[in-house]
Amino acid sequence: MLNLIEKEEIKLQEYNKKQKKVVLSSISSDSHTWNLIFMQLYLEKLGCEVINLGACCEDERVMAAIHHHEPDFVVISSVNGHAHIDGARLIQKIRTDEMLKDIPVIIGGKLGVSGKNNKQYVNYLADAGFDAVFDDSGDILSFENYIKNLIPYSSHSDLN
Amino acid sequence: MSFSKFVFETHHSGRLTVQPRMGLSSVDEMRQGLLAVRDNALASIGTVTLDSYTRVGDHETARAALQLGSPLNGFPLVAHGADVARSMLDGVQVQHFPVQVRHGSALPQDIFATLIAAGFDATEGGPVSYCLPYGRVPLDRSITAWRECCQMLAEHEAKTGKAIHLESFGGCMLGQLCPPSLLIAISILEGLFFMHHGVRDLSLSYAQQVSFRQDLAAIKVLRGLAERFLHGSRSHVVLYTYMGVFPRTVGGASDLLAQSARLAAASGAMRLIVKTPAEAHRIPTVQENIASLEHASEIYETSPRDLAVDQALVDEIGEEALSLIEAVLNLDADLDKAIAKAFASGLLDVPYCLHDDNANASRAFIDQRGLLRWQSPGRMPIRIGKRQEEQMIDMVDPFAFLGMLKSIERRYDAPYLAAPNPIFVTARAEA
Repeated sequence: MLNLIEKEEIKLQEYNKKQKKVVLSSISSDSHTWNLIFMQLYLEKLGCEVINLGACCEDERVMAAIHHHEPDFVVISSVNGHAHIDGARLIQKIRTDEMLKDIPVIIGGKLGVSGKNNKQYVNYLADAGFDAVFDDSGDILSFENYIKNLIPYSSHSDLN
Repeated sequence: MSFSKFVFETHHSGRLTVQPRMGLSSVDEMRQGLLAVRDNALASIGTVTLDSYTRVGDHETARAALQLGSPLNGFPLVAHGADVARSMLDGVQVQHFPVQVRHGSALPQDIFATLIAAGFDATEGGPVSYCLPYGRVPLDRSITAWRECCQMLAEHEAKTGKAIHLESFGGCMLGQLCPPSLLIAISILEGLFFMHHGVRDLSLSYAQQVSFRQDLAAIKVLRGLAERFLHGSRSHVVLYTYMGVFPRTVGGASDLLAQSARLAAASGAMRLIVKTPAEAHRIPTVQENIASLEHASEIYETSPRDLAVDQALVDEIGEEALSLIEAVLNLDADLDKAIAKAFASGLLDVPYCLHDDNANASRAFIDQRGLLRWQSPGRMPIRIGKRQEEQMIDMVDPFAFLGMLKSIERRYDAPYLAAPNPIFVTARAEA
């Protein structure tokens, strides 16, 4: 009989074999899309199926897409400097939704309009409820490592 | 002096009209910024760039941010209101200093009403160029909104005798990786749209792309087609310094700006909207903007005018642009409907544009000669030569794609970097 740790490991291996589904979006005030197009290609290269919601995505549309597609995780990419406002508001809405409160949500990009001082928003956004925050001064490999090591999140996962 | 008159007089005196992108949340800072742009020896025009909340019509959030003192990425014109904006301009906007509002909105009725009431000289955008690249407003709603806005400008002119200048942003679809023929076709179609709805004082834009030779040919084509299609208007060409991923080094950014000033001189573009070395990192300061205006003006003065163009490129770009424009005009006698139908049917299709009303079946790439070409035109009436087909790259590889997106950054930064940046190495290895 398998012990608990082995069971968990098998679950993780099974999960890692499965194609991950990702909802990819900007924030409501951000009109940029090159970041989204690159991120889509990048996540696809990592083996993910990507639902790309495009520019200026309102909070409700992001939430509806998560409910509808039931992704493994959510990536928010923003470069207009308003992530510290719109991102914080979005994650608060996601975390107060009973169905979505545990889904991994990651945000990255230009988080504020203060250049190097944008680092101040990393902790702020993590405290607001994001699972990981990537300031644009970082390396994309740290993002990739994070994605690769994401573990199954939900108790209602089909692996149970 | 009107916006256009300023630009034409400056051109005839052998100088370049230069303009920053500049938007500050507070009235005092915005006013100080405009004064700094005005009070120098350059032929400069003032810019008030609006913030992202105002652009998407979320004036409540803009007001809340003003009250909290949260910094916005531009001037919240509607939240401040026409009276506040008018008093900000008082004593700033004088005979030799027209001021333009730059906003990026697909539904700009509030913005137009406010900028007209506040007394601004000019604004910009267009039903396609401010809709498809920047949001999710349906194209037909944007077309209706822009028709109303053009009519507001026409009524204002009929009432006061003062024309407010309108610039098409059509030469900048997504800033990069849109081949010149489509940029030109959209600029011309938006110019026609403005004229159909009563605006005759206008300009057509073109954003610097990846090849000086190709850009020079493109602007020649744009000027020729403007003469052919927009007679009865008063128009000039405005050039935007590169709008894509920008060099990160001061030297690289400065060289790219200089190249755009040379392009303005060589092509006969009368006005240049500059970028600064801060572009890759953050919103520039007022002083950085002034330094760029000075640098561009200096380079322009010593650059050759009306350089010889590559006729083969002129022919190719001209043929494609004309084919696109005519295909659209043949779709419907009503231009508004023709434009909507053109996107619905994929006869116009902006590469990499995620908007729901864009077919997104076309693809562009940078070929081995450094020219921006079609990889696939989707359903657009454009033929692709065999030579091009042989040069396709792997478009689904994220780093090959990133390498293309960053080709200008790489080329201009290279002389100033001790070692190539890591993305470059990866892109080359994988390409």
